[in-house]
Amino acid sequence: MTLLVVDRLNKRYGGVSAAKEVSFTVAAGEMVAVIGPNGAGKSTTFGMVGGQVKPDSGMVTLDGEAITGLPSRAIWRKGVGRTFQIAQTFVTMTVAENVQMALVSHRGRTRHLFADATRLYRDEALALLDGVGMRADADRPVSELAYGDVKRVELAVALASGPKLLLMDEPTAGMAPKERVGLMRLTARVARERRIGVLFTEHDIDAVFSHADRLLVLVRGEIIAAGTPESVRADPRVKQVYLGEAGARAAERAKRLVEVPA
Amino acid sequence: MDPSFLVLQSLSGLASASSLFVIASGLTLVFGVTRIVNFAHGSFYMLGAYLAVTLVPRLLDLSYSPWTFFLGVILSAVLVGLVGVAIEVLLLRRIYRVPELFQLLATFGIVLIVQDVVLKVWGPVDIPGPRAPGLRHGVEILGQRFPSYELLLIGVGPLVLGLLWLVMHRTRFGVLVRAATQDREMVGALGVNQARLFTTTLFLGAFLAGLGGALQIPRLPANSHMDLSIITDAFVVTVIGGMGSVTGAFLAALVIGQLQAFGILIFPKVTLVLVFLLMAVVLVVKPWGLLGKPDAAASRTVAPEGILGLRRFRPPERILAGLAVLLVLVVPLIADAYKVKVATEILVFALAAFSLQFLVGVGGLVSFGHAAYFGIGAYAAGLLVTGPFKAPMELALALAPLAGAAGAALFGFFIVRLSGIYLAMLTLAFAQIVYAVCFQWVEVTGGDNGVVGVWPAAWAASRGTYYYVVAAVVLAAIVALRRVIHAPFGYTLRAARDSATRADAIGIDVRTHRWLGFTLAGAAAGLAGGLYAFSKGSIDPTMISIPQSVDFLAMILVGGIQTVMGPLVGAGVFHALKDVFMPLTEFWRLALGATIIAMVLLFPRGIAGATLSLRPRRPAPASVEASA
Repeated sequence: MTLLVVDRLNKRYGGVSAAKEVSFTVAAGEMVAVIGPNGAGKSTTFGMVGGQVKPDSGMVTLDGEAITGLPSRAIWRKGVGRTFQIAQTFVTMTVAENVQMALVSHRGRTRHLFADATRLYRDEALALLDGVGMRADADRPVSELAYGDVKRVELAVALASGPKLLLMDEPTAGMAPKERVGLMRLTARVARERRIGVLFTEHDIDAVFSHADRLLVLVRGEIIAAGTPESVRADPRVKQVYLGEAGARAAERAKRLVEVPA
Repeated sequence: MDPSFLVLQSLSGLASASSLFVIASGLTLVFGVTRIVNFAHGSFYMLGAYLAVTLVPRLLDLSYSPWTFFLGVILSAVLVGLVGVAIEVLLLRRIYRVPELFQLLATFGIVLIVQDVVLKVWGPVDIPGPRAPGLRHGVEILGQRFPSYELLLIGVGPLVLGLLWLVMHRTRFGVLVRAATQDREMVGALGVNQARLFTTTLFLGAFLAGLGGALQIPRLPANSHMDLSIITDAFVVTVIGGMGSVTGAFLAALVIGQLQAFGILIFPKVTLVLVFLLMAVVLVVKPWGLLGKPDAAASRTVAPEGILGLRRFRPPERILAGLAVLLVLVVPLIADAYKVKVATEILVFALAAFSLQFLVGVGGLVSFGHAAYFGIGAYAAGLLVTGPFKAPMELALALAPLAGAAGAALFGFFIVRLSGIYLAMLTLAFAQIVYAVCFQWVEVTGGDNGVVGVWPAAWAASRGTYYYVVAAVVLAAIVALRRVIHAPFGYTLRAARDSATRADAIGIDVRTHRWLGFTLAGAAAGLAGGLYAFSKGSIDPTMISIPQSVDFLAMILVGGIQTVMGPLVGAGVFHALKDVFMPLTEFWRLALGATIIAMVLLFPRGIAGATLSLRPRRPAPASVEASA
């Protein structure tokens, strides 16, 4: 079933076209990666789906409902969770409080003046943390976690509203190689179990080719190739403009990795 | 209206615009490079005027010519520039990395010190300056006489703008200043000697302020109120123009000069309000001013300054809180009438400081004009009781927080659209509007003298009874506000402060929540103001002045900005010290200024913060501080 439909999005910044007739879909439970060189329009495309950037023209439809140009918090209410390239958490709160905050917002209780915030939805938050393997750290301040763990907490926060779609901007940026594999496997498992569509951008070729169901290759605002990792890997244009020879070899390596399932 | 009159009015607007630009250009240059909003810039201006009224007459005695007059003016400006260098080396250099609230407070400390020094050296009487030789008379323009000195001032602004342009585009120093204004860290990374760049910039900035002051002496006697009156105008010009933009300051000064010149014809009483309204409108449409750019550093993630972690009271703290409440309750039994009065004031200020901590410590909204809402509450209560309504005290006290909330809701609507230093400047500007209204609307507010006869109801007339009224209301309000800090609403405000991006991504409407928080803090401050009016028996504009706002900030700074209850300790210590030392010394302001600076440099976490760090604790907050 098609969850997200992006139809002919356009966005220009002055004379530069950051997105030209960008169209693609994401199905429930599917992991779709957007790759491309720096300045290809990945962040713009992402922003137009997530509500940070207003498209000049085109349509974004989530589960049959138009969400084009809505503010990001409205899009969140429609069921789109987000993680950021540089993890965004509430640094003065504990791990559990970060997740509880998302739950408080999800239930529309942010204006409540007298309830005890630390006790609200705590069990639910712990369950979500359990899902990302962070339950043991629930009462630690998020500021003292290793960066890979912060990213896991951010994932739990993004999952708190029970989203249909997750937008993950470079989920493994800034992480150690071991943590990267762990986070991507976790994301893939969560996506499949909960039938959540995941749209992510990534520079790490290993992560892309071993976890994405489909790939979109953006260059100068245009999608030049789309399809399964195998077909994209084989596409001569992609090799030429983006992967280069070294990148193509890395893609081969990742293929072997994926053929030995964990 | 006679067209020649309009031309002359416009020319006099140009003359004030020119003077304003000379001063504001220095402020904006210093901000661009150092990112410090320098309150002491007004003090530089005042020093320029005082030095000029001292030096110029002596020089004119030696040789009476325009040349010696302007030599004296330039000499005064150079001396002020050197004062600027001294302040950079001694103080500013140490606070470039501290949060902006502390920077503002520290430079306000300089303002206080300079005020007392000026009073000591030049005395409290205004000192008129000599008129410029050769420019004493008027010139005929369209059949009307126009002072020739004003004509000269009109030329000074563009001249300074031109010279600054040459410096900025034709010298190495200027290129570095422009580079640092765009990205200070990059300039540092390129190996530029920052210390020398900053010192030179401070010299130039202080020189321009001093020049602005010295040029005023034929128009305006040197007086000890010049500093704060000019600094608000200069803030407004730099904020409207875009902080860091010299050309923007020039444009803004032109607009404001004309607005004042013609506004005074149409609304003689409300020119100040017009200027601040212009600022509010500009900032809402262009949040970084006419020609300003978003601060590159604004997008970086830094640990917030304020309350770090919340937890419930542990047993020792419960005992402390219990003892504090007990102490509050027994004061009238053990203290004399005067001490009861001081204790009443401490309670009132504790509530005001706590409401400010709610904004600053929880919401991350640095308000430099919290006295506005305190004052609105006080005036609402005072005027209700004494005015035509002759309302009873109970009704007045019930309406005071509503008035504070209404004022905060109105101003907050604009304020929450901004962030950081622009937000602080706008809070200050709105507080000055309230001050101006109370000062100028004499028929209703009694102007400078205020209104007397604001006494409690008969049943609460004795000091002791009124004390218990205040104690009950204040304790209830503080407990309620503390509850809100721990409730989802307080957490939401703190979440938005920690990461507005994340808050937005989990569906929190950051602006609306900040606006509600601002309104709630305004209500609490208004309640404190109402209680204060009845304890003093009168209302007057000092309750809304900048120094009153700074007192509140100093209280939370003394108490500890990272703690929830610290500001209450801060209010007690601060007001008690003020009460003990103010009668003892004629240099109260100097002592206060030096204390604020020492606090910023030595104990930025205040009393409660310092006691916290004495005992072992979770490593968590420490790691946040380390990354700050």
